[in-house]
Amino acid sequence: MPLREKLERGVPERGPGGFAGELLAFAEDLREEGVAVGTSEILDAFRVLEHVPWSDQRDFKEGIAATLAKSPEDRRVFELVFDRFFFRAAEAEAARQRITEGGQAPGASDINLDTLRQQIAAALRDGSEAALRDLARLAIAAFGQGQGSGVLGVDVQRIRRALGLRAEAQPDLPEGDPRREGTPRDQLRRFEQFLRRELERALIERTASLPPKRPLNELDRALPSGPIQDLAAVHRVVAQLKRRLATQGHEPRGRKRHAHVDVRRTMRASLETGGVPITLKYRPQRPRRPEIFVLCDVSTSVTSASTFFLSVLHALHDAFRKLRSFVFIERISEVTEVFERERDFRAASEAISKDAGVADISGYTDYGRVWEEFLSLIEDELHPRATVIVLGDARTNGRPPRDDVFAAITARAGRTFWLNPEPRLYWNYGDSVIAAYERHCVAFECWRTDQLEEFVKVLSEGGRATGAG
Amino acid sequence: MAPTEPTSVTDVAAGLEGVGYLPGESTALVSFLATKLGKPVLVEGPAGVGKTELAKALARFLERPLVRLQCYEGLDEAKALYEWNYRKQLLRIQTESDGTGWQDVQEDIFGEEFLLQRPLMTAIASAEPVVLLVDEIDKTDQEFEAMLLELLSDFQISIPELGRIEARTQPVVLLTSNNTRELTEALKRRCLYLWLDYPELEHELQIVRLHSPDLDEQVARKLVEVIHRIRELDLKKPPSIAESIDWARTLMLLGATDIDQDTFTKTMSVILKHRTDLDTVASRVGVMLDPAADAA
Repeated sequence: MPLREKLERGVPERGPGGFAGELLAFAEDLREEGVAVGTSEILDAFRVLEHVPWSDQRDFKEGIAATLAKSPEDRRVFELVFDRFFFRAAEAEAARQRITEGGQAPGASDINLDTLRQQIAAALRDGSEAALRDLARLAIAAFGQGQGSGVLGVDVQRIRRALGLRAEAQPDLPEGDPRREGTPRDQLRRFEQFLRRELERALIERTASLPPKRPLNELDRALPSGPIQDLAAVHRVVAQLKRRLATQGHEPRGRKRHAHVDVRRTMRASLETGGVPITLKYRPQRPRRPEIFVLCDVSTSVTSASTFFLSVLHALHDAFRKLRSFVFIERISEVTEVFERERDFRAASEAISKDAGVADISGYTDYGRVWEEFLSLIEDELHPRATVIVLGDARTNGRPPRDDVFAAITARAGRTFWLNPEPRLYWNYGDSVIAAYERHCVAFECWRTDQLEEFVKVLSEGGRATGAG
Repeated sequence: MAPTEPTSVTDVAAGLEGVGYLPGESTALVSFLATKLGKPVLVEGPAGVGKTELAKALARFLERPLVRLQCYEGLDEAKALYEWNYRKQLLRIQTESDGTGWQDVQEDIFGEEFLLQRPLMTAIASAEPVVLLVDEIDKTDQEFEAMLLELLSDFQISIPELGRIEARTQPVVLLTSNNTRELTEALKRRCLYLWLDYPELEHELQIVRLHSPDLDEQVARKLVEVIHRIRELDLKKPPSIAESIDWARTLMLLGATDIDQDTFTKTMSVILKHRTDLDTVASRVGVMLDPAADAA
């Protein structure tokens, strides 16, 4: 019996353990998507289910969400995985028991395509879930039958195009058509999700096998965000960095030579010994704070990366003894004050682009000239305990790299780091001369926040002097 | 007094509503679970969505006293847990300096009499069950969080001189956080998680109506709609629920029958607390209160 064979091959048997097994499998799915679910949390979920009726989907979902997803980001992933998991579980069970939908889907000829197009656009605007689901099925019946490409994503896009749904306004459509103003992107995405889901359902029913699950992509996973939240994300990264720097073990300066006795705490402790100060309490040691010079390329190719980086450094100001920042394109200019005055990221980048006066004629970076200017400006202040950080893509636009001057800088400074906002893959291609500079310093690729964090960690560890110094 | 014991989620929802707090779907559920499982609840969300208010409402509903610990940077054990009243101890040592042996004095000065109870200790040692609110836990440092762990998992405190003090009753614990920093995994693992966000339009309308029932329904609806529009703007501090309620009260006192351009400009300082926000809103929201736009 071919059907049975197919069924046994396509749909996995239910795992052991009944309901408990399903919940464990769900937790495993969450872990695969990067939500840290501990054993104790799974146990909590089971305890919750003792008190919550399983038959109520909302209570069930909220209950286990309270124990398994513990941040807004995790919660978002939880919603997606929850839908995917229980959709697949239900479909697999239906396939196992061979339940198919009664009745025939209406053929393409029964549907008025123009009415359908308008109905869908109207339902999207009003945001009614149930109507959308039904309309998605109709749309598949009308446009998707018979010529399925076998790739769900391709089919989804084909149907969307056939429906004439676009994000941008379509002024040539008649007055009163809901698509005239254009459909907001998030609504389009939602409808595409319905289409995908219904196509998937049909596929499972047709082939009686469960396709491999699709991992969440970055777009799904991201919280719906605007520019405000992007800034908030920056602040959060900075706050975390600050916290981590504060809690990491710092190398104590000069052994215990400069320990000061904390009189108040010593007196307090002396009570245990009847007022006689036997144990001395010391003030905590101050952590080592490096002195930092930052040079940032602000030419158009890297400008957003560098202003972001500068603002991060200045947010971390407390962690450093002295921090001076310079921006450069063809010439160099000090902007330390701008950042001390302006804590707002956007205002700071505006001030820099207006007042710094670093562009000369061409607007292309001239590294050679920058090194010379920097060296003459700072030569006397560089010393072996200073750290120099350069942020730039090392693209010289064909001008001489003058790595000999750069070597002179690194020789005077204790440590020199280079942060390149390009992925390592592109280094030394075209006019990038990072290899010439990398001989004298330590170069990092830095285009994601976690890489930045990694770097700040290295920086604050006050590690050994590197490079030619 | 006999504290209330809820038996179902609807119980909690109705009870909270009875004391003037309209819970969202998950709020009632998680509160119910907190009373049943005896696990602390970590409540996160933007400022002013009723995190602290939830704890107060729970205390009223469960008829338990509320013990509140306000966190701030630099909060330490001595201020959160307990401290020896060392002035009193010194006096004791001095008055009895002659004739008593060390043993006696030591037993004396490390008794409960010389112990200053701080909020966490009060909550643990209380004879009747309490609601413990640890407010704005994200303001403290990680060392303090670590100390809270012992308390939250076992509900006990170790005092070296006195031994272990265990909770006599199971407190309901709420921790609130404005999400200004990531809390440690260890702490999160021990808590149930509740994310409170700005409520839906209808829900907020109910809340406003509950707090100022005399305000005209039409005005209240318009008020909530305006607030929701304002929250969509890029503001330093978007108006919270507390500010919607304040605004409703202001309008009621002024006897406003409609929110027009004029009333709005006069009263918008109630909902906006930053100079720049006032400017942004004045230029953006003014248009939508225009009578012409209203008629369209």
